[in-house]
Parts: sequence; C-alpha cells; structure tokens
Amino acid sequence: MLAYIGRRVVYTVPIMLGVSLVCFALVHISPGDPLVSVLPADASEQLRLTMMRLYGFDRSYPEQFGLWLWRAVQGDLGTSIATGRAVATEVLRAAGNTLRLAALATVIGFVFGCLFGFVAGYFRDSWVDKLASLLSVIGVSVPHYWLGMVLVIVFSSQLGWLPATGAGPGGSSSWVWDWEHVSHMVLPAITMSVIPMGIIARTVRALVAEILAQEFVIGLKARGLNEVGVFAHVVKNAAPTALAVMGLQLGYLLGGSILIETVFSWPGTGFLLNAAIFQRDLPLLQGTILVLAMFFVLLNLAVDVVQTMLDPRIERG
Amino acid sequence: MALSLAPKAAVPLVPFERSPGYWATVWRKFRRDPVAVGAAIVILALIVMAIAAPWITPQDPFRSSVLRRLRPIGTDGFPLGTDELGRDMLSRLMLGARLSLFMGVTPVLMAFAIGSTIGIIAGYVGGWVNTAIMRTIDVFYAFPSVLLTIALSGALGAGIGNALLSLTVVFIPPIARVAEAVTTQVRSRDYVEAARASGASALTIIRVHVLGNALGPIFVYATSLISVAMILASGLSFLGLGVRPPDPEWGLMLNTLRTAIYTQPWVAALPGAMIFITSISFNLVSDGLRSAMDVKS
Repeated sequence: MLAYIGRRVVYTVPIMLGVSLVCFALVHISPGDPLVSVLPADASEQLRLTMMRLYGFDRSYPEQFGLWLWRAVQGDLGTSIATGRAVATEVLRAAGNTLRLAALATVIGFVFGCLFGFVAGYFRDSWVDKLASLLSVIGVSVPHYWLGMVLVIVFSSQLGWLPATGAGPGGSSSWVWDWEHVSHMVLPAITMSVIPMGIIARTVRALVAEILAQEFVIGLKARGLNEVGVFAHVVKNAAPTALAVMGLQLGYLLGGSILIETVFSWPGTGFLLNAAIFQRDLPLLQGTILVLAMFFVLLNLAVDVVQTMLDPRIERG
Repeated sequence: MALSLAPKAAVPLVPFERSPGYWATVWRKFRRDPVAVGAAIVILALIVMAIAAPWITPQDPFRSSVLRRLRPIGTDGFPLGTDELGRDMLSRLMLGARLSLFMGVTPVLMAFAIGSTIGIIAGYVGGWVNTAIMRTIDVFYAFPSVLLTIALSGALGAGIGNALLSLTVVFIPPIARVAEAVTTQVRSRDYVEAARASGASALTIIRVHVLGNALGPIFVYATSLISVAMILASGLSFLGLGVRPPDPEWGLMLNTLRTAIYTQPWVAALPGAMIFITSISFNLVSDGLRSAMDVKS
C-alpha cells in the first residue's frame, strides 16, 4: 500500500506542473498588453519598458514561467493590480470564507444525499426511490445561481427570514460564530449543497443496491443477523466510495463557487475572481485560479490515499 | 466461408427476415420510456420555438418603454410581464431560446468532434501517443470544470466566441477520456483481430469497427454533458462573460433582472426557470438514451 501511495504522490508532481503551466498561460492568452491596466494612458515609452522589465515580460516564455513558478513555490503570487496588495494575502483571506461555505454545503449535501440514497437503495422501485431519483436529477439539472435567486426571493424578499447578501451584519469583515453571521451563510450553503446532494444520493443508491445484491448479504441474513446488523455491513461497504465522492465534491464546490458567491455577494474566492475578471486584474485572476486548482489536485490525492487506506481492495496500479 | 466442406443442401432454407437494426431497437426501447419521451418533446418544442421566434413573438422583443417597466405576470398584452427596460418578457424568453440553446449545444458538439477524434487516436494507436495525449488531458482534468471555464473565459474576455471556445476546451477532456476507454476496449476484441488478420487497413478498422462500436457510447456520454453546458453557458452570460446586451439570452436576462427581485420577483425568476426546464429535459433524454442503448455509466 505504501508503494501505491508513493506512486500516487509522484504521479501528482507532473500534474501540478501542468496545472501551473495552464495558469501561467492564462495571462498570455489574454488579449491586449497585460501592462495596459497598470500604466496610465499617457505613459512614456520609457516607463512602459521599465514596467515590462519589472514584471519580467521582456524575457522568453520559458524564463518567465520558471521565474513565476519559483516565486509561486515560495508563496509569492505577485501583486494585485487593482488593490496593490499581495495576491497571496487576498486569496488566503477569501479562501477562508469560501472553505467555510463549501464545507457546510458539503456536510448538508452529504447528510441528505446519504439519507435519500440509502432509502432509495433499500426500497428500489418504490415511490421513495422514484422521489429520490427525481430529487437527484433536479439537483444536477438546476442552475444553482437561479436556485439561489429563488431562495432569496422566498426567504429574504417575501418572508424576510434570512439576509440575502454579504457574510455578516453591516458588511463586517471578521467572522464570528454567532447567529448574525451564521444566518448569512444559510441560504448560500443550502443553494450550494444541492449539487453534491444529487450526486451523493445517486452514488449511494447505486452502491447500496449493488451491496444488497451480493452473496455475503444473503449469507448474513441466512445466519440470522437482524436488519440493523446487515445495515451496519452495508454502511461499512459503502462508506469508502461515498466519502471519496464527498471529498471530490468539496473540491468542485470550492472551485465552482463563483456563481453562488456572485448571487449572494459572499466575500470568497469566487467573488475575488469576479472582481479580478472585471478589473482585468490578471495577477489576481492567475493567483486565485492557481491556488484553487492546486487545492483540488491535493484534495484528489488525499481522497485517493484515504480511500485506499479505508478499503485496501481498491489499490490500483 | 467458401472453404466450408458441409454440403450446401444441409443449410436449412429459412425465409430471410431482416432483423431490426441497432438504432431501430434503441428507438423502440426509448419510445417505451414516457419520461424520456416527454423530455424529448419539450426539447423539440423549445427548438421549434427558437427557430420560429423572430416570426411568432407577440411583441417586438427589443422595444423598450420607460412607462411599462417591470410589469407583473398577467399584465394585459404582456402575459409574462415586462423586464427592467419595459420589454415584453414572453417575446424575449422566446427569442432568448435561440442564443441559449446555441450556446449550450454548440460547445458539446464541437467537443464531441474534437474529443472523440483525440480519444480514438489515443486508444487505437496506444503506446507513447496514448501516454502523451492522456497525460495532457489529466492536467485539464485537474481543474474543476466551472473554474476552468471561468478562468479561460475570464482571461480571453467577454463575448460569444470566447465563451464558446472556453466551453469547448472544458468539454474536450472528459469526452476524449471516454472515447479512449471505449476504443481501447473495442481494439482488443476478437473481431478487430480477425479484421486485421484478413488484411484490413487501420483506417478501415477504425471506420468500420471502432467508429461503429464506440461512437454510440461516446455520443450518449456527450448528450449527458449538454445539461451542464447549458448551465455553464448561461452562467457565463450571467457573470457578464458571454452574450452581451441587448441580445436576449436567458443567463444574461437573469443577470439584468437581479436588481428586480424585490419589486417583481417572479418575473425576475422566469429566465432561470427556462434554463432549468431545458437542462433537466436534456438530462432526462440522456438518461433515457443511456438505458435504451444499454450503456453502463
């Protein structure tokens, strides 16, 4: 197993290099002079050249990539053009907010997804199963940014129960675990949880059905084990895959939170990306995407390793 | 075969009956699935509406009026109300189907063409070509799809062309992966070995055996991506990265109506409902096709 984990870690290195290359290329596929947004409109040719040298744009691409990567490894993701602050600081602050939201959404999605999935898998082709299947199709088909708007319409605009935007009262920037703050998280977290809920329900339903059809379950029943005992075996067998799916969903949510954060003005990485795109703040765009993608790669690795440890049968080549 | 030694008379003379083709079987199974058929009818209706929209909209979808901004659903002459510039919602939703469907379906079609070519080449040629192609694809796989779409489209800038390009790039890797897996499987079958032994060229084998057996499953997989593509394409317009005003597109309409959720909430929610109906219909049709073609996910 250690060999497998070792191989898996080594395999991640070229992926990470490739991901950095894609992030590096983002600035260069962008049309126009990347310096336009930093330079005043009447900048002299002299100033332009100085800035070009300062940002390293006068070197060859491989050199630029090497330099950029070397700095990134040391935690220097450059300076935001719009705010003048270090990109790494901005991204880390926003990432905390997104992680909190995505983690809550994943937990909600996992709990309800497992619930629907287990019930549907146990009572296949019953009305509960049909309802659960319907819910999971809705979960993967609904445009979540629209769902967010509908929830705001119902719970903020019509009922007035929950706040619609922001991460705290009066645009507060520091997070406290009190109702004032948590209430801001309810609607975006529920909106976000719909996708993992549908996917986890689908996965668990298939898993449970597959496990129940296996001979060892019949064996257990034949030996007189009661339903609770059989259920425990089903859970044990379904857990590694279900947990792996949950881990990956957390990664998808972190990377895909931009639309939901835009709807709810949630001050996370998605909001940051949105700002970066519209201010043409390319270092910020590049840095945010690099951090999110790297996190996703590492999460994938962690999920694979944990899954192998939980269930040695799936050790793969 | 001609080498057969058995006397010809021993072959029983069964009246030749043409067996129904593969697609006829698929169609027969698909027809028996009421949910999938219903969803397919919805999609057909949306397509017909999109094509006919310029001639059948009850009002001019571009005519704005300061006097009738944000009218509620059920207003006389404006059955679905009016938007923030006083334009008829019903007409704009109908015309919006054109761009929304186009932006959702085109990237998947393009990715299907490019992705299956790449995947079939990787799967059929194998060796280092396979390694090079598949490892490159792994890199793109390392990005969550929403993030990659937004990264590409954010870097390229707003516009329909750039949005289509980014979405296509995002959908090529998953399609290529499926194509590669299916091709590798087909390639090791006995009938491919037999064809090769009897002197068929690589091109013939790919055309007859690989394409014939692999395109179906790849196609079913591609149809399951249309729903995601619809949501992502409209999402790009919702963020201001796709279609630009004043052209009607559901995601963009949802964005410009966001400010109206306190004044005319249900009118503001309409474009999203259209995206939802379209996306769920594509998903249901794809599920129906999958079970009709008996493809394992």
